[in-house]
Amino acid sequence: MEHTILEKRQLSEQVYMMRIRAPLIAQAREPGQFIILQVDTDFGERIPLTIADADAESGWIRIIFQAVGGTTMKLATLEEGEAVAAVLGPLGHPTHIERVGHAVCVGGGIGVAPLYPIAQALKAAGNRLTVIVGARSKELVVLEEEMREIADELIVVTDDGSYGRKALVTEPLRELCEADARPDLVVAIGPPVMMKFAAETTRPFEVRTMVSLNTIMVDGTGMCGGCRVNVGGETKFVCVDGPEFDGHQVDFDNMMRRLASYKAQEDRARHECLAEAQAAELEKETHESQKTV
Amino acid sequence: MSHRKPSELREEAKRILEELKGLEKIRAKDRIAIPQQEMPSQDPHERNANMYEVTYGYFEDQARAEAERCLQCRNAPCVEGCPVRIDIPRFIGHAAKGDYAASLAVIKEASLLPAICGRVCPQENQCQEYCTVGKSLKDTFKSVSIGRIERFVADWEAGLHGLPEDRLDEPNPLPPSARVDDAGEPDTDRAIDGVHAGAGGVPQVKPPTGKKVAVIGSGPASITVAADVRREGHDVTIFEAFHKPGGVMIYGIPEFRLPKKIVEAEIHTLEQMGVEIRTNFLVGQTRKLKDLLEKDGYDAAFIGTGAGLPRFMSIEGENLVGVFSANEFLTRSNLMKAYDRDRAQTPIFQPRRVAVLGGGNVAMDAARTALRIGAEKVSVIYRRSRVEMPARAEEVDHAEEEGIEFLLLKNPTRILGDEDEQVVGIEVLDYELGEPDESGRRRPVPIPGSESVIDLDTVIVSIGNDSNPLITRTTPELEANKWGNITTDENGRTSMDRVYAGGDIVLGAATVILAMGEGRKAAAAINRLLAGRSRR
Repeated sequence: MEHTILEKRQLSEQVYMMRIRAPLIAQAREPGQFIILQVDTDFGERIPLTIADADAESGWIRIIFQAVGGTTMKLATLEEGEAVAAVLGPLGHPTHIERVGHAVCVGGGIGVAPLYPIAQALKAAGNRLTVIVGARSKELVVLEEEMREIADELIVVTDDGSYGRKALVTEPLRELCEADARPDLVVAIGPPVMMKFAAETTRPFEVRTMVSLNTIMVDGTGMCGGCRVNVGGETKFVCVDGPEFDGHQVDFDNMMRRLASYKAQEDRARHECLAEAQAAELEKETHESQKTV
Repeated sequence: MSHRKPSELREEAKRILEELKGLEKIRAKDRIAIPQQEMPSQDPHERNANMYEVTYGYFEDQARAEAERCLQCRNAPCVEGCPVRIDIPRFIGHAAKGDYAASLAVIKEASLLPAICGRVCPQENQCQEYCTVGKSLKDTFKSVSIGRIERFVADWEAGLHGLPEDRLDEPNPLPPSARVDDAGEPDTDRAIDGVHAGAGGVPQVKPPTGKKVAVIGSGPASITVAADVRREGHDVTIFEAFHKPGGVMIYGIPEFRLPKKIVEAEIHTLEQMGVEIRTNFLVGQTRKLKDLLEKDGYDAAFIGTGAGLPRFMSIEGENLVGVFSANEFLTRSNLMKAYDRDRAQTPIFQPRRVAVLGGGNVAMDAARTALRIGAEKVSVIYRRSRVEMPARAEEVDHAEEEGIEFLLLKNPTRILGDEDEQVVGIEVLDYELGEPDESGRRRPVPIPGSESVIDLDTVIVSIGNDSNPLITRTTPELEANKWGNITTDENGRTSMDRVYAGGDIVLGAATVILAMGEGRKAAAAINRLLAGRSRR
């Protein structure tokens, strides 16, 4: 199975969108599911990425990723027409979609990408849909137009105020909870710390809050247990029990610590990737300056 | 046991063979008097820092000397102990005469994977437990080394038998399974070329029948089914979730115990037979089993997905940073090659002081891997005593030689962490042995108030696997027992029409040879089913 890159777009300095050929996954996937991807099957790492969109008929899936680790940085160097070495999926349970009334989708950073198909499905199920899109700054806002098309109300916030309202996603979320018609369901996807505080925001209002977790995984099929999280005092595997859980039950602090298990090694890998890129850049410049001489 | 030089072991075997030649007739007492041939291995103090195969396998002279120990018992009690009933006296008889091709042919009548089983079977609980030689010497561990002879003839076919002459005088030679590249550097990546070009060659495949069989998973049970079904001329597709086929033999069992190229050679043979292998395909998720049968034209399916959901102990601190399942630790090292820190992208936790919980083969593999990636001290914590350990005796011996500490009759009660949730220690409770339990093993009984704390930074949990829920969850037609193991009849037939299953997904955690035996039976049943079915 050739997983050819059909389209690649750089959305911001570090964020990329790719449409990848994967007919079987495109057919089988449902909102909320993820894939495991590898850029190199000899020595490459297996990384989980949530499916941001798919087209069963044309046979492609869309991923949006931030090039911050060894594998995502390598992935970002692939061009249209090239192939991704391995794509496994769809993995995990799909999101349970039903008509609840008023659904609020909260996305932080590239968490907006996996949120998009869920928002789409919630809207299609007949819910009133409010979407809160948050990012550190203007250039990191993704899928705003797509969300605007499906949402009854779209709220954009940035940390630095460079776009939309200067706020964290929890501020408009609290206001929605305080309103007379409080939300019936909140789905929050983003950095762990954002999901933690989104869940803390809704907790006093007793609004059901689902989060989608992206933990360390090797196989993504239940075999390694590296993805385990503490949910309501029980150990759960994100890959086979999740990836979505009740945000009020998740032990986010433990999860964040576990996510940092390999930080030293990941920093080194990132450093090496940057060094390689810089060396290539330097070589190019030297080469060009020699030409002008 | 002190480590003996390979050359010394070879000389001893030569002498034995000379002496036997001088005898007019070799009587049973002469055979029993032949000392058991020790398997040459890397020096324990060297090998605990490298990933190459620990053992070199017998030299030819050793294999023949060991084969001469066999009494050729008419009632062949050893065969009773073999899950696939290899005709052991017959294959050993051929080996004693030096006819290794004939010897291997006998094994292959019953077993497809002799190079693998010779290395990983728990022989002391199978064939060698019943050996008359062992019984007369009142020591199972002095039985004829059936597994080592099996391995020798399989390695002979692959050209991997006995340490090569040019490596003999090196201080710690690389094993025959470690090839050296053109620059003289060890090369663990390259598969062996033409490994099956020997006596066996690629098995004959009958003319195409036009029927298709889906084999799910690519471990020992699935490899067996794929080969046996393909031989009958049916098309076979193996579906594997990982990016490399081989199952537990690739992700679980480390290179130092089972060189990956031996497994790769078996996979390569399947490909040469025309078996299609689709990696990165998770049946149930990528496509439903029902769709394979009803929409994609598969006439039958075999499920050999193994045991894949690591068990934890449900004690305090199990989700601290520095606690891993053995599956995760071993998969990172073996499949993802994380031990090769310069090349692999997948990180592995750098352990300093390690506890491995459990006493099986996987626990030994995890402990010895931790040592090899640089841990200062590794302890195996097991709640019974050494004789009750389920691991192969040889692995326990090897682990001990390499410096693994065994803390027996102890069981962890909680894992301790610091304010950053990093593991800093483990609390254990001492046990003593009480009355025998249902399994016949003496039951460990806790000694109240005997808690003590061991300082460490890494805990590897190796207490077994539950069955993976994915295939049964996505295939409601499949009946499973309360542990999630798929239920089958004696021919591997499941509750779902045209679907068979075998190996650990049926048995719970078992062995390569049992998985293979189950695969054989299921393949025969599938072949019977397809022989009676006309093409739709």
